[in-house]
Order: sequence, then C-alpha cells, then structure tokens
Amino acid sequence: MKTAAPTNVHLTLRVNGEEQQVSFAPYKTLLEVLREDMNLTGTKHGCELGECGACAVLVDGVPVLSCLALALDCEGRAVETVEGLASGGKLHPLQAAFADLGGAQCGYCTPGILMTAKALLEKDPNPSRERIKEAISGNLCRCTGYQQIYESIEEAARTMRESKR
Amino acid sequence: MTKRFDVIGKPRRRVDGRAKVTGLTRFADDVVLPRMLHCKLLRSPHPHATIESIDVSRAQARPGVHLVLTGKDFPVTFGILPVTQDEYPLAPERVRYVGDPVAAVVARDEQTAFEALGFIEVEYRPLKTISDPEEALATPEPRIHSYGEQGNIHRLQAFEFGDVNEALAKADHVFEDVFFYQGNTHLPIEQHASVAAVDGEGKLTLWSSTQVPHYIHRALANALQIPPAHVRVIACPNGGGFGGKCDLHNHEIVVSKAAILLGRPVKICLTREEVFYMHRGRHPVLMKMRTGVTKDGKITGMHTQTLLDGGAYGGYGAASTFYTGVLQTVAYHIPRYKFDACRIFTNKPPCGPKRGHGTPQPRFGQEVQLDKIAEKLEIDPAELRLSIVAKPDSLTANWLKIGTIGLAECIRKVVASSDWKNRFRKLPEGRGVGLACGAYLCGAGLPIYWNKMPQSGVQLLIDRSGQVTVFCGATEIGQGSDDVLAAIVAEVLGVDPYDVRCVTGDTGLTPVDLGSYSSRVTVMMGNAAIQAAELLRDLIARAAAEHMETVPENVGFALGRVFRADDPGKLMSFREAIVLAEEKFGTLGSVGSYSPPRSPGRYKGAGVGPSPAYSYTACVVEAEVDRKTGWITVPKVWIAHDIGRAVNPVSARGQVEGSVYMGLGEALMEEQVFRRLPPKLSNALVHKIPSLLEYKSLTSLDMPEVFTELVEDPDPNCPFGAKEVGQGPLLPVMPAVANAVYDAIGVRIDELPITPDKVLAALEKKAKGETPRVGPESFPDVPYPEPMLVPPPWEGGDGNSVNTPRRRPLKKEALA
Repeated sequence: MKTAAPTNVHLTLRVNGEEQQVSFAPYKTLLEVLREDMNLTGTKHGCELGECGACAVLVDGVPVLSCLALALDCEGRAVETVEGLASGGKLHPLQAAFADLGGAQCGYCTPGILMTAKALLEKDPNPSRERIKEAISGNLCRCTGYQQIYESIEEAARTMRESKR
Repeated sequence: MTKRFDVIGKPRRRVDGRAKVTGLTRFADDVVLPRMLHCKLLRSPHPHATIESIDVSRAQARPGVHLVLTGKDFPVTFGILPVTQDEYPLAPERVRYVGDPVAAVVARDEQTAFEALGFIEVEYRPLKTISDPEEALATPEPRIHSYGEQGNIHRLQAFEFGDVNEALAKADHVFEDVFFYQGNTHLPIEQHASVAAVDGEGKLTLWSSTQVPHYIHRALANALQIPPAHVRVIACPNGGGFGGKCDLHNHEIVVSKAAILLGRPVKICLTREEVFYMHRGRHPVLMKMRTGVTKDGKITGMHTQTLLDGGAYGGYGAASTFYTGVLQTVAYHIPRYKFDACRIFTNKPPCGPKRGHGTPQPRFGQEVQLDKIAEKLEIDPAELRLSIVAKPDSLTANWLKIGTIGLAECIRKVVASSDWKNRFRKLPEGRGVGLACGAYLCGAGLPIYWNKMPQSGVQLLIDRSGQVTVFCGATEIGQGSDDVLAAIVAEVLGVDPYDVRCVTGDTGLTPVDLGSYSSRVTVMMGNAAIQAAELLRDLIARAAAEHMETVPENVGFALGRVFRADDPGKLMSFREAIVLAEEKFGTLGSVGSYSPPRSPGRYKGAGVGPSPAYSYTACVVEAEVDRKTGWITVPKVWIAHDIGRAVNPVSARGQVEGSVYMGLGEALMEEQVFRRLPPKLSNALVHKIPSLLEYKSLTSLDMPEVFTELVEDPDPNCPFGAKEVGQGPLLPVMPAVANAVYDAIGVRIDELPITPDKVLAALEKKAKGETPRVGPESFPDVPYPEPMLVPPPWEGGDGNSVNTPRRRPLKKEALA
C-alpha cells in the first residue's frame, strides 16, 4: 500500500540567531517543526486554530501564531522563540519581571505573551496600559486575570528604558 | 503573633518562577522519549448508541500503525470514586456522549495515527438521547447506566437540620426563588497530555497532566489490573488545572496499556476539541431556595433544593452533589437548614469538579436571594450580611466546625474601597454596583477513598553540602504549590527558599499527598512540611547546641545561619551545623504527616463539608449595561479575601485576580452548551461550540481593573495561619455581577451566564410592565427521598441522625 506521507523538505531555518538544517513534511506548521523537529518545546499550543496565542513567536520581529504559519514559509526569516530570550544565564527584563511580579502562574501561556510583549516594547518602549492590553489581547491567560501581566510588562519597560540611559 | 518571618509573607519570585519564563518548565507534552509512538482516540459521533460492531483491520494494516485497541482490550471498569466504577477506557458496547472513546490507534507519528482512525469502521445503533434533567426525570428508560437510584437518577441526597418548615412558618417573610447556573468548562490553556513508558524492569511510568497523581496511581493500577508497586505516576506541572485534571482519564489508561503491550513509550496529546468532550467541568444546576427571615433580616431557616445535570458518567459527581448543599451554612448563621440534591445522567460529556466544586451554583442563588431580601426589607445588602455573619469557633446547623472567620472584615473592606455607600442605588441609570460574599474549604476533610492514613506526607533530606531537598506528592498546577512548600521549609530551617529543592508529584519518589484539589495544598502539605522541618531542626539544634555550649532550645535559625539566641554573635553557617548533626546522628532526614481534625458530625454523609478551616471573600462589582444592546461592561471589581496569612503575597494576589477573571467569565459568557442536530441528520445532541473560537472567555480587553485586599487573621489549624486562596475568591463574583446588573437597570437575571439576550428580554418585560426577571420559572417535581434528620447543635443534637431514612425514593413521583 502506498503511504500518504509526502516527501520531506530540507531547508535552513534561522531560529534565535542560529541556523539549523531541518527536514520535515511540507505540511507541518512552524509550531510543529519548532517543537517536534527542533526540540524547542518552550513554544506551547492551546487550540490549533489561532485563537489562544500560546504559540506566538516572532518572525522578523513580528508576533506570529506559529500554529497557523507553515514552517516552509519561514526559510530565510528570523524566528525568535522563548528559548532565545535570555542572554546566557541572564534573563531578559521581561522574563525577570514576569517571574518577580506574578506575570506567570502556570507558565503555559507565558512564552507566547513574553514574545508578544517583546515585539511591543521594541516598537513602543513606554506603552500605556491600554496599549499593553491591546497588544496581548490575542493571548489568552486563564490563570492571572492579566493584571500582574500588565504590571510585569510595565516594569520590564521601565528597566529597559533605564538601562538604555 | 510577634514572631517575625524571614520568608512567609514576603512578596517574592516564586521558586519555580525562572523555569516558567524561560520555557524550561516541562509540561506533559514536552516529554519526549526515544522510540516514542503516538496515540489518537476514535470518539463516538453519537450521544447515545450501542456499538454493533467494530472493524479495525484496515486501520491495523496502515503503514506506520503499531497497535489498534478497542473496548475488548479493557475488560475492567474504572472511576475516580470507589462508588462509581462506571467508565470503560474504550467503550465496549455502549457510548453515552459525543466524544466517548471507542478505539485507539498507536502509530509512528500523530498524523499517521490520526489518518488511521478514518479506517476504523464502527457500526452504531442509536438510542434515545437524554438531553437534560427534566427529560431524564420523564424518561426512566432507556437507562444510561444500570446503577444509580432509579431510571436516570444517579444520586439523591436529603438532609434536614432542625424543622425547617416550622422555622419558615415563624419567619416574617419567606423568600422563594428558582435559579439556574449553566455548565461551563475549565479551559486550561494546556490540553491534557500523557506519556507512558515501561522501564528496564518492566514497570510502568506515566507522565501526565494531572492534579492528583496519587489517585491516578491507585485507579490506574486497578484499571490495568497490575500491582500498584509497578506503577509510577509523575504529575508534570499543569498548564492550568482548575479541576479539569482530577479524574483518571480514558487516554491515561489507553497509553499505559499500549506502552505495556508494545514495550515502547506512547504519547497522547488531546486536541482542544477533545478537551471540550472530556470536560468534567461545572455542573449545570437548577436550584430552588426558600429562606425565612425576620423583619430585621435574620435568617430563621433555609431550604435548598438542587438538580444537577451530571452528564454521562459518575466521576466526582457524588461529591459534587453534596457540595451543592453542604457549604451554604458556613458564611451566615442559619439556625435550621435543609437540603435536597439530585444528580441526573444525561448524554453529554460528564461534569465534575471545577474551581469551587459544586458550591458556586448555590452560592450564586443564596447571594442573589440575599440581595432581594435586603431590598424588600429596605436594609443595605452589606449591612444585612454584616448582621448575619457566622460566629468564629462555632458549629453550623449541619455540624461543620468554623474556626476563624474574617468575612465581616472582608465586607467592611470592600464597602470602604468601592465607596459603596455613595454608589449603591445612587449611580445613574445603566450603571450599578453589586455586592456578594463567598466561603470555601481549605481542603476536604476526607479523602475520596476511605482510609485512616495521612492526607499529606512530606519528607526532607539534608546533607553536608547544605542542600535541603523536600519530597511531597503535592502537584504544581500553576497555583504555586512548590513555592509554598519551599517557603515553609525555608522558614522553619532559616534558609533561603531558593536553596530548597522541591521534588513533587511523583508517586515513585514522593510521600503520598492527595493532590491539588479542594484547596487543600497549603493547609495539608504545609502542616506536614512544618512537622518534617521542625523534626530536622531539632536534630540540628541539638548538635549545634553542644558545639555552642548551650541548650537546644537556645539555638536559633535564620538567614542561613545557626546561632545562640541569647548571644547571636555566636553563630555558624547552616552548612556547618549540618556537618555537626550528621557527625552526631548519621544520615539526616525526617518526615511529616498531616491528617485533618476529626469533624463533629456523626451522621452518614457528614464526611463531605468538613475542613480544617474555611476561607471567606467579599466582592463588589461595578457594571455598566447598554440598554440598546444588552451588553454588560464591568469596569472595576473590589475584592477582599480572608486568607489567614499570605505565604507569598504575589501568588496570593494572583489567585484572587485569577478567580475574579474566571468568575466574570462564568457570569458573563462562558457556557458549555449543546444543540440537537436536525432530524434529517441524526437528531443527536452535539456540543454547540467545542472550540476556543466560540467558547468565549475574557481577553485582556474585557478584564476590568481589580482592587485586591487580603485579610490576615491567622487560623490556628493552618501553617503559619495560612488558609486557601485558589478557589474561594471565585465564589462571590457571579452573584455580585447579577446584583450589579439589578442595581444598574432594575432587572433580575436569575440565571448564568448573564448574556445580552437575557438582559434585553428582561428589559422588554420591564417595559411591558411584567416582572422584570429572566430565569427559570419552576422547579420540577424531583423524587427526593425522606430526609435524614439531624438536630442542629443548639437543639440538643449530638451530631447523629435521629432517623434511618428509606434509601429509595418514591417511584410514582419519579414518573409523574
């Protein structure tokens, strides 16, 4: 019997600044390739239809729902995941603030929110509360009620502005 | 208390906080093992049918398929409660809801397994679908299960604590209301996942998204008929639980069996659609409440009747049924109390425990009714409640022991912070405020299976390196279980909590703890941890005392140092003290155990409701209602929670605000609802919205500002006085919303969720001069049995019942 599995594609993905050759079935989403073929399990999934935001990663600096993106389309583009957020052992200010201020409870939606917040702060280093709410409105969190997430993002923004001074 | 704490009560990064922000927390679906295979389940498309035949031969022949399992591979039934062993891992003969699993494929990858499902041929013969309790009461045949009370009634419970009819007859007013609370689901963002593997010795390990590894361990060994000693269950940190990961689930048994048969690791991760089918969430409950009050607002007696739509299986349902009645008495003084409860089987996904387990529904009814009472009596609803708050160190009519109660303080706090006096009934049309309260357990008094062993065990290991490792079966579900454990051990031993290593939720390594449910972890695990840590501290103190030429009682522990309390200049490091203790006593370790105090109730059924302590909450919600669209906006919520003491205020506040979030979802939009397919299709009852796209929950744009206050009145039964905070704060939110809507536009919505269509319908009634209310009109004739009569403590009772009620209900009534 003929198997339905199509031939794998081979390409180079640039994830967190590292180039890696990957081989995967062409229908695979970026989420699946990151988690299953590159062992980057920090990126999560919650709905498979672009509704929960748990799988958000950055592609060329823009938040993308990796469950709706084909990995094939990401060739030659810069993909950033939660694994690339800290530099060495030093947490990114967003990570430190989320950990300190209760921005992460179960931690499952956290990677997606961190990446979304990173894109926000790169565009707007001093976002208003309303701007933050809007930016993360595509990321569902069932634990926190969001308030400590806003505070974490505001605290990180403050830290980042101060370190630039 | 004058003792200063170094760790307890300090806002801190939780000990597992770093892993959660770096993507390193290993959830069940992140477990990847060599040679791992993937499993998918075939689920029934029919809500009620017999299985005429299953042909798996074509699926089995698919390339990449390793194994196909069906009901015949699982002869033994299971169920989380010993009294309800009514489920099969894969249904052998009968399916009872859309989504009931009938077959499983294990293949080289998920896609291959998924495709193979399409090659399994199942012939079903549809049976009559029973869609709701009223239909079930009218339809004793076909029975969904052959056990239960009668027909499709799963459970009936009836208790009366003092003559309630007499109490109502003596009241100045009797209020009678019927309420409905729609079912809703947990919706943890993490979908359930499990990985099973057999180790070199042939023993099974299951990594799973579970809140209760110990219960899963027991039930899994029984379901597979293998010795429990050959089973190890590891609860991975849960990506949210909320009660949805408390049952033993079909897929956990299936992958375990497959791993044993194949000798290879097998993983399953449910799709979001499957999570909706598996459900085990909030029961839809219809309630009738009759409450007698004096003209100054004192309650003379209350009669609560509940009717629960249980869905297709028992699960925790027997306990859920009790919980729709038993905790009605712990917030306010109710001198006489009666409750009748009934749980029904229907052809829908089984219901179970969700945050607040069975108590949010009657709490909603009680708190909305109190609002109506206050209005009628022209008493401010906050004042009314303040005048009836239960007394500390008292017994309730149903023999629950209340210890500390900070409810009055919670009410006063939200009244002050929300500027209640200047807002209630004083805001412009379309805007309103509502107040409500809640009360919850700090751990269920009894485990789900009868035993006299500890409900939580903690083991400590310490050695010359200075490391402290704490082992406990408790499970991190996001609430901060590990952090509480580390904080308590660190406080007692005077070390840094970040130097404590937590090994938790692993039945192969950790002492039994019953798991993360019923808000039990802080109190039970915490007390066991204190005991273990104090034993170890005493050993270290004895060794250090010798060295410092003093008595052990004079040895202090703080900030990683061990010192003479009377001369703190004489000190050594914690590590040096351990070396002395290890020299003196050999290898160092200790254990601690916790069992809750025995409850005073002696009647049969008194086991559900007792707790070492109760937590209390008061909440004010502000609502704005758009009269044209019926849309409700909540701009602000003020909430105060009696926590006893906050172990880590950052986490405590997060639990309160998360509860407000979830409560607003239940109040305004979340519902697990079903519809019938058109007759030309199958007339089957299907889930209306098994997807995150349609199951609405609050986003950041919908979430109001929350002003949180913690009331700290340490409870002597609790570790450092700390009560629960994970579930209680949810309870007042829904009724406070309903009461705020009434304040805003003068209509009563006596059912949840309060959606715009209901608001508009009520406004239309109001415009027509009809009673401005939307909600259930009547309560069906439920064949509740004769109640068990238990005199309340102040009527000479000793906690026993004074009658032996007939077990069986009257048949003729059921058929009416």
